[in-house]
Amino acid sequence: MSDPRQRIEEEPSLGGGPLSTGPAVGIDLSAPGGPDLALTPSDDEGSAAAPLTATRALRVTASGPRAQHQLATVKLKKSYRKGDVAIPVLKGVNLQVRRGEFLAIVGQSGSGKSTLLHLLGTLDAPDERTVYFDGERIDNLPSRIRDRLRNKHFGMIFQMYHLLPELTTLENVLAPLMIGRSVLGFLRRRREHHAAAARLLDMVGLGHRLKHKPRELSGGEMQRAAIARALVAGPELLLADEPTGNLDGETGNEILRLLGSLNRQEKLTIVMVTHDQAIARRADRVVRLIDGRIEDA
Amino acid sequence: MYQLLLCWRYLRTRYIALASIISVTLGVATMIVVNSVMSGFTTEMRDRIHNILSDVVLESRSLLDGFPDAEGHMERIREVAGDSIEAMTPMVVVPAMVSMPVGDQTLNWQVQVIGVDPGAMSQVADSCAYLQHPENRKELSFMLRDGGYDTRDHQAGPDAPERPEMAYAGWEYRRQLAEVRAFREELARSREQYPEAGPLRADAPENEGGAAASDPFSTARGDETGEIDLATEQYPGLVMGIALASQRHNVGGNKYQDRFLVLPGDDVTLTYPTAATPPKFVSAKFTIVDFWESKMSEYDSSFLFVPLRKLQEDRGMYDYFGGRKRYFVSSIQIKLKPGVDPTQVRDKLRAAFPSQFYSVSTWRDKQGPLLAAVSMETAILNVLLFLIIAVAGFGILAIFLMIVVEKTRDVGILKSLGASGWGIQGIFVSYGLSLGLVGSGAGMVLGLVFVHYLNQIAAFLGWLTGQPLFDPEIYYFYEIPAIVEAWTVGWIVAGAVAIALLASVLPAFRAARLHPVEALRYE
Repeated sequence: MSDPRQRIEEEPSLGGGPLSTGPAVGIDLSAPGGPDLALTPSDDEGSAAAPLTATRALRVTASGPRAQHQLATVKLKKSYRKGDVAIPVLKGVNLQVRRGEFLAIVGQSGSGKSTLLHLLGTLDAPDERTVYFDGERIDNLPSRIRDRLRNKHFGMIFQMYHLLPELTTLENVLAPLMIGRSVLGFLRRRREHHAAAARLLDMVGLGHRLKHKPRELSGGEMQRAAIARALVAGPELLLADEPTGNLDGETGNEILRLLGSLNRQEKLTIVMVTHDQAIARRADRVVRLIDGRIEDA
Repeated sequence: MYQLLLCWRYLRTRYIALASIISVTLGVATMIVVNSVMSGFTTEMRDRIHNILSDVVLESRSLLDGFPDAEGHMERIREVAGDSIEAMTPMVVVPAMVSMPVGDQTLNWQVQVIGVDPGAMSQVADSCAYLQHPENRKELSFMLRDGGYDTRDHQAGPDAPERPEMAYAGWEYRRQLAEVRAFREELARSREQYPEAGPLRADAPENEGGAAASDPFSTARGDETGEIDLATEQYPGLVMGIALASQRHNVGGNKYQDRFLVLPGDDVTLTYPTAATPPKFVSAKFTIVDFWESKMSEYDSSFLFVPLRKLQEDRGMYDYFGGRKRYFVSSIQIKLKPGVDPTQVRDKLRAAFPSQFYSVSTWRDKQGPLLAAVSMETAILNVLLFLIIAVAGFGILAIFLMIVVEKTRDVGILKSLGASGWGIQGIFVSYGLSLGLVGSGAGMVLGLVFVHYLNQIAAFLGWLTGQPLFDPEIYYFYEIPAIVEAWTVGWIVAGAVAIALLASVLPAFRAARLHPVEALRYE
């Protein structure tokens, strides 16, 4: 059950929506990179299964490109309670992220962009409707599987870096591997994991800082260590929450350059939320989160 | 894996948590010390009681008469439980008064006189081990030895204080007594001849027997053995409880010395009731041949051992049956073969002998209340001390809740990296477990070291407070006995670790339940 994609293949009924062989889907699949119409769900329930079907169809044809939409949300709603009053934050977000895309979500502070990112990363559960990852619904999975998903398939970086203060840079980077493997499993491949973590740290320019504790690093270094940590388990998707929010302009630019090159060279899908238009422009595509809904920029 | 790593890092960086387990450490150490000392005392006491008392005792319910025909009773006992009996010896126990000459005075004390068969005494119980002459310890003889009595307590180890007076004990001492007495008699005689010669009045002689003998006109001799030559002859032998014969003095600091009022070689007078109804009182002279030191002050200050036959004859404890002289005894001491359950034999004997005349008891029955009191005391102390550790558990709980709050963001981070609730719980539970292990491990080491240096520490504390913690005047041991039982230590440590573990479960559960988003937002 580690890989949601496998589950789709084992349980095809999940993807068996009434429109699975509909012509509209077929047209869209034949034109990868084309308009996103096919996966824009309509209001009726039945069409919610469309993304799953698309993924399956692609996989069955095997020779085609990878799934077009790696991540999608359908009419996602979330509100927060303050006392007895529910304050709606997301009022039906429809968002599609293509594989290999660098997407920026821009919104003012309090617009719910962090909440959206948490929902995408399964850290929080929506009040209504769904999140899909590789065509599989992920917002209602058992917590054990969501934990594995975050560990193996998602990488996350945050404005506050969120490194563990007790661990060295290297240990912080190794943390996802330690979490994902048993004690023996980790120790058996310890050397290999260390090498991988050190290589990643080298790549982000921290090869000389392996044994340092986070408090001995600068902001930019901490964020680069956080990026290395997010990448160490080989995720398909990187979720970045204001990654430059606490950094000065030049350091922020370095981080963005790093993210850009990861996107281009490693074909890593990146979803970044920010309040800064200038930073958002570094992405391939920018959407706006206004009043709890997505608008294309 | 990350649980272990983080647990180790938290352990290394959070000394406040270490402070919370100091009470665990102290609790464990105290429990180990208390249990060791209590079990030391219990074992010591039980051993000593068992050495004094034989496995099973058949006693007469009558204080003075006893029962007739000891041989017949022993025959009957053998019939009932012969295959489990190793040895038997008859005994006569009777309340009596001892009169001891000390300086110019005579001291009178109430004692228990025990008539024993010297040969059988060592076979039935190990009380001979408490005698002061090495030969007597092998086999008791009621004949005075030439000398060679222990000049230090042979049971107390190398640090036992000297008893220099014991070096003179024996025939040598008795001969000196005789010289002194002869000189005094001479003096008294010359004073009678020349009453105006000087202001000297007739001092009371050092020895009561001597005083009586110094009166040449005395005719009222209550002593049926008649007059003897002090320097070469002795009265029937007597072994005296050492606390009757000596007093323990503090000679500064933590040092004690026993000062003897009488020594082996001195004569004393015993007065005891006859077995007749109503009883009359007879007195007899005995010569002290040895001291008996069980270190149970209750026994040491009341027991006198004399030859069984002498006591039976003096008290008229015999009759004639079919032309045969049968002696009365007040109890029969039975030693069982190894591995035989004393209670079984006791029950058999109880069935065989009518209970209105005989009481049958094991040595445990006899000291049951004392041993039960000690084990009760141990149990209560254990409960109280374990409560201390439980209180420490609440300290751990509080500090852990604090640490969980402090580590809220770390919990959020770990969850965002895919750690499960169980995994998070594992961090804090293993943290609690390792704190418990560290705390109780340190407590165990501390406790064991304390027990090892127990007597030195007690002496130091005594010196510090000016109040001796362990007063040999009371306990009659020179050292605090302590026995470390691995089993007990294991239980204490396991209990303390379990408490630390329990105290960490609730905070760990709270950490596991933290919502990742809220935890990440936590500043």
